[in-house]
Amino acid sequence: MVPLSYYLLLGGILFVCGVLGFLIKRNIITIFMSIELMLNGVNLTFVAFAAQWHALSGQVFVFFVMVVAAAEAAVGLAIIIAVYRTRETLNVDRVNLLKL
Amino acid sequence: MFHLILFLFFGAICVAGAINLLVQSHPINSALSLIAVMASLAAEFLLLGAEFVAAVQVIVYAGAVMVLFVITIMLLNAGSEERTKGSRIAILIGVPGVTIGGVLVAWTLLNRPNAQTVPIGALKGDPGDIARLLFHQFLLPFEVTSVLILIAIMGAVVLASRPEAVARGPRKDAE
Repeated sequence: MVPLSYYLLLGGILFVCGVLGFLIKRNIITIFMSIELMLNGVNLTFVAFAAQWHALSGQVFVFFVMVVAAAEAAVGLAIIIAVYRTRETLNVDRVNLLKL
Repeated sequence: MFHLILFLFFGAICVAGAINLLVQSHPINSALSLIAVMASLAAEFLLLGAEFVAAVQVIVYAGAVMVLFVITIMLLNAGSEERTKGSRIAILIGVPGVTIGGVLVAWTLLNRPNAQTVPIGALKGDPGDIARLLFHQFLLPFEVTSVLILIAIMGAVVLASRPEAVARGPRKDAE
């Protein structure tokens, strides 16, 4: 028997780590991985609340979050490849112009 | 008791992987620790009884998405990250703000008056029940996400292909 708040706490810790990585890291791939970490924390919260309220739709929502995250990863990594091809760098501080 | 030990074990792996992701400077190390986080999160989902979600977490997240990440890191030959100054406002305001927010949320969660507990496998999320829900109540969002995936695949192909190849159209000669 694990208290529900422990699950929520773990999800919160993962989300905070994701936000901190988003703010601190300078590598665009690592920043993208921090976003995935945040999504994982939210997924754990979804499943924990679904277990508390006996609502299976919470787990269906996790499925949708995963689908959207997969689509986001495909497009985002393609954008990273395109940025690297024009800029020759992965540092977000060196990508500061909209035009090529 | 055994349930709590399992929860703490996989939770510790999760938190350690998340912190390792922040500490490591080389992206491939961050990606590998993120895989550890996702795999142990799948175990947490199993503890909550969400079997389908746990399987999808391993297949889609720890499998497909992380393979994309690792391939991109290897394709771009990403070295260790160079330290630049970055935005001072993000560091000075963002990091303390996030930390304070996280501590507030944790304090609120741990001081709830009637803390409920979740028994092991509280809500059986087996694929049959999920499928019944997914194909009746959530049929329209399900179909819309399939269109979203299709658009994402085409967008990824267009974005990642070389610009001259897009301008020239389908290649006739094999060079």
